[in-house]
This record gives sequence, structure tokens and C-alpha cells, in this order.
Amino acid sequence: MSDFMMFSLVPMTVAIIISMTCALLGNFLVLRRQSLISDAISHVALPGIVASFLLTGTIASTAMMLGAGVSALVTVVMIEAIRRLGRVEISAAMGVTFTSLFALGVLLLEMSHASGVHIDVQHALYGNLESLIWFEGVGLASLFDPVALADLPPQLARVSSVALVVLVFVLVFRRHLIVGSFDSEFAASVRARPALVDLLLVSMVAVAAIAAFEAVGSIIVIAMFICPAAAARLMTNHLGAQIAWSQLFALISAVLGYLLAGHGLIWLGLEMSLSAAGMIATVAGLIMLLACLWGPHRRGGGAPAEA
Amino acid sequence: MEAWWRALAFSSGYNTTLVTVGAMLLGASAGMIGAFVLLRKRSLVSDAITHATLPGLALAFILIGLIQGDGRWLPGLLLGAALSSALGLWLVQLVSARTRLGEDAAIGAVLSTFFAFGVVLITVIQSMNVTGQSGLTGYLVGSTAGMLAAEAMLIAVCALGLLAAIFVLRREFLLVCFDADFAQTQGVNTWRADLLLLMLLMAVVVIGLKVTGLILIVALTITPPVSARFWTNRPPRMVALAAVLGALSAYLGVTLSSARESLPTGSLIVLSAFGIFLVSFLAAPRRGVFASLMAHQRFRRRVHLRQGLLSMSRSEPIFDGLTLRLLRRAGHIRRDGVATAQGQAAARDAEHEERLWALYRQLFPGDALHHEHAGLEPISQVLPPDAINALEQRLPPQGESA
Repeated sequence: MSDFMMFSLVPMTVAIIISMTCALLGNFLVLRRQSLISDAISHVALPGIVASFLLTGTIASTAMMLGAGVSALVTVVMIEAIRRLGRVEISAAMGVTFTSLFALGVLLLEMSHASGVHIDVQHALYGNLESLIWFEGVGLASLFDPVALADLPPQLARVSSVALVVLVFVLVFRRHLIVGSFDSEFAASVRARPALVDLLLVSMVAVAAIAAFEAVGSIIVIAMFICPAAAARLMTNHLGAQIAWSQLFALISAVLGYLLAGHGLIWLGLEMSLSAAGMIATVAGLIMLLACLWGPHRRGGGAPAEA
Repeated sequence: MEAWWRALAFSSGYNTTLVTVGAMLLGASAGMIGAFVLLRKRSLVSDAITHATLPGLALAFILIGLIQGDGRWLPGLLLGAALSSALGLWLVQLVSARTRLGEDAAIGAVLSTFFAFGVVLITVIQSMNVTGQSGLTGYLVGSTAGMLAAEAMLIAVCALGLLAAIFVLRREFLLVCFDADFAQTQGVNTWRADLLLLMLLMAVVVIGLKVTGLILIVALTITPPVSARFWTNRPPRMVALAAVLGALSAYLGVTLSSARESLPTGSLIVLSAFGIFLVSFLAAPRRGVFASLMAHQRFRRRVHLRQGLLSMSRSEPIFDGLTLRLLRRAGHIRRDGVATAQGQAAARDAEHEERLWALYRQLFPGDALHHEHAGLEPISQVLPPDAINALEQRLPPQGESA
């Protein structure tokens, strides 16, 4: 039990919060057919974080969040500029932008290796969920012990606050988001400001991606955005139900993935553990596969007639 | 700097030269196949393909490692990568064709899930007793520093073969890219051509894994074709140019990275490609940003000049600053705003033009749509003289129309 409190409670909670937050936003990305925005944004978190480290010299989380946020904004502006000014198709514009920025991040990272950076490329790609150890978490009593609680890894507070921000965003803008997702021209006509809401949605994706970056890395987070939401899309025709399904799928993949990674092989009698972030995304992908095979609404065809 | 010059001139050793040539061939074939993929509007499919190579790569590494103790055997790894990316590609096709989900969701889901599974397998490898583990990270962001001559040779030969294959199939691909239905009537099996296109793309990506790494190879299939698109409107030229620009990016990147220790080759190749893109984006004639801005300015000036002349002929006052400036510079008005003799003549001509155009649009609205919309072109350059004569005769007398 104390092992669980010390090594597993925090990473699992962080994984659950990140998965559910990303899945919530993912619903709108999937509906808008903009899933690949999350791909682009999560890749460019790396250069942002490295640049902020090189500028400030610390790995303070606020500076990093700021750096990653700025780079996400730069990406969106670059994609739009290339698309509009260069008349390039959007997916190509995205490809040009995020690969170049990611390359820049890798280059900066490698060049600054001499000066002793603590982030390396591998962490940026895989994340490091397992490192979130709660040393003071020795038993159930620690949950009520202020001294022990103060020792909780700071990432937990960070992802929780991000989750809260995202939740508030979705609640406040739910009407705008829904209208914009289905019919942006209608949204513009009723002054739902689709362009502004789009930008806000992208910023929220960026914020969530950055919060997740440290824990699960820049590529696995894409699975958390897309897979639960895409699977949920195949389960129902109602947006509310879809969001509920996506949250359920996110929860299942986080818990199951974490347990499988940490204990799956031990149950099989092998003394080793696997990448938790990778396993969570793998489970999410499997859920989506199942939904693709047997989801009741996998074929589309619009909403059923109202009874 | 000096080391870079040496590398640029292919004179820093046999191995470096071999790597450079191999990377250039790879860049050329990636650019070429990428051009077709861009025209088919499926650029980001290559993103899914590249990320989907990781689990195959890791599985192959495990298998080879179990057999011979060291997982680094390039042909085997590439085969594994190819198999798993083929699986990923098949899933993308299946999900986007058989379910209501868009291709974007399919691509995103496949690339992230496959990559995640690959990461899981990598953690398996890390707890295994196999040597050469650090070689595997080279496939993530690319490294040519420790490349063996045999490996470079393999990459070069494969890239050359792919280049030849793409060259042979270019007509078929172009037809499918532009008009799949028309291609079908010409006896091209579009389904097969699409499949071949994606298979070749996959082959290029797999070959390039070692050079730029699996995250950045996608840039070589997107950026050079996008850059090439700025310079030409003709597809065959665009494909050729994409190949040249791809080779150029690889050349610059590899040579730059050999200039100093521990510079990541993949990043430098991608950044060179981006540099080339930036130049094309800004400076290309016609489609570049500067060219479009200048064209826009020219158009604006012509509209203002014409409107100014029309106002003069109708003796309406002109207030717009730009119009006044343009008229003054052309010598149509004096500094105090009074029309010169030349200006009066030009204004009369403009009014006449305008009336001819108006009549033409009124009589033949359908034909008029095909011509330049603003009516700024002199009508004598657009219509044959007899048509203008006919128009002149039907022109109502000046007093009536005004």
C-alpha cells in the first residue's frame, strides 16, 4: 500500500487528469476535423521549452509554460501566414511549420548539451511519468498530513490547474464551441465569433499539450487528444453523450495503461516495467480500434430523426 | 567554417562523401515523391507513416538482438520499419474509408498510438541485455556521424532505385494527382497508382530513417515540394525542382553537421530545407510574397489611375491622395490640380474605353465574364478590331449616355 502511495498514486492521478483534459478538448478537434492541430502544437512545445531554458537559464515551470505557449502561438501564426500568403494547402503548411520548429528545438538542445541541460530529446519524446515520486506518501494518513502534502510533486498542481482552466473554458464557451464545430458560417452569422473561439481552442490545446509534455512527452499526448474522442464519436450521435464516452475512455486508458505498464509484466512473472505513457496511449489506441470495429455509429449518416 | 568548406567540396574523407551523396539521393527521391503526395493533398499521411515505423523498428531490434546479441543490423531494422509502417498506412486508409472519422483523426490516432507502442517496446529493450541500444535513438532524430560505409552505400543504392522507380511512374502519378476520373478513362488503374505512390513514399521514409530520424524525415517529403511549388506552375517542372531542392537541403545539412562535433544531421537538413522554403516563400516570382505584394500594388495603381481619369473626364472633383499623386506623376494634371492637355486627352480615351467595355458587358455578358474583370486592359488588346468597330457603331451618342 505504501508503495502504491509513494510510486503510483501521483503518476496515475496525473495521467488521469491529463487524459481526461486532453480528451475533452479532443472532442471538438475531431468534430472540426482539426485533429492534426494537436500534432503540430505538441511538436513545437519542444523548441519553446528549450528556448525559454536558454533565455532564462532555469527550468522553472512558469518560464517553460510561457516559452511553450509563445511557440504554440508562433506556430499558429506561421501556419496561417504560409497558408494565406503562400496559398499552400493547410496540411502542407502545417507539415512545413512544425517539422522546422521541432528541428530547431532539437538543434538548440544538442548545441546546448555542453552547458548541461537536464532535458534531453528522449524525455521530450517519451515523457517521464514514472519520475513523479511522492516521497512522503507513506500511507493513507499522508493524504491528510499537510507536511506530506506539501511534498507532492509540483506537476500535480500544475496539471490540475490546467485541467481546471480547460474545464472552465469549455463550460463558458460551450455554446460557441458547439455552434462553431458544426457550422462556422452560421456561427459567424449569430455573432458567436468562430475565429476568436478557434484561436482560444487552439490556445487551450497548447496549454494542455504543454502541461502534458513533461509527463508524457510530445507525441504520446496526441493520442490522448485524438483516440478517446474519436472512439467516442463512433459510439453516439449526441455531443453530450460523446463527451461522456470520451471521458470514460480516457479514464479507462489512463488507469489500465498505467497498471499494465507498471505491473503487467510482473504479473506475468517478468521483473520489469514499461513506459507508462506509451502504454496509456497504446490502450487508448486499442479502445479506438475496438470502436472502429464495433462502435454502433461507426458509419456516420447524421443524427437520427427526433422521436 | 573551414571544415564546412571541405565537406562542401566533398573532400573530407571517403565516408563523409559517401554519406553526403547518399543523403542527397535520399533528399531527391523524397522531394520527388513528396511533390506527387502534395499534389494529391495528402502531405500529412507521410507523418503517420514515419511515426508508425517505430514499433517495427523496435521489434526488429529485439528479434535481431535475441538472435545475434547486437540489434544493429540496418537491413533487418529497415524491413521491420517498413512492415509496421505498412500496417499503419493500411489502418489509416481503413479508418478514413470505413468509418465516419476524417483522415485527420485517422492519421493522428495511428501516428501517436504506433509511436507510443514503439516507446513501450523501447522500454522493453532497455531492460534487455542487448548491445547497441544507443544506436536506436539515432533513428529518432537521425545521426550520420557513426554511419558505416556499408550502411551509407545501402541507403544510396536504395535511394537511387527509388528515384528510378518514381521517374518511370511519373506520368501515371501526375494523371492521378490531377484528375483521378480522367486517369481512369485513360486506362490508368487509379487504385494501383495511389497504392504505388504510398508504397514508394513509405520506402523513401524508411530508407531515410537513419539519416534524419523518424520525426524529421517527414519534412523532407513536404518542405522541398512546397518550396518548388512557388517557382513554377507546371507539374513536371515542380517535381524536378522538388528533387533538386531536396538534394540541396540534404547536401547543405549533412555538410553543415560535419563541420562540428555533435551537430544533429536531421535537424540541420530540415532547417536547410526550411531556409530554402523561406527564400522561395518570400522571393519567388509571381507566387512569392514580395511578388504578390508588388502585383497588388501595381493593380491598385492602375485602378486608381483609371478612376482618376474617369473623374477628370466627368469633371468630378478628386480627393484621394494616391489618385492625385499618380495623375500628377503621369503628367495628367498640374500641381494645382488643373488638367493638362495631355491629361484631357487621356481622360477622353479612358471614358471612351469605359463606355466600350460597358456596352460590351451589356451586350455579351457571358463573353465578358471570360475577360479581365476590372476592364483595365485596353479593349483593343482583348477584342479583335472588327468586334471593336461593331461596338463603336452601336455606341450611343455621348450626350445620351451621360
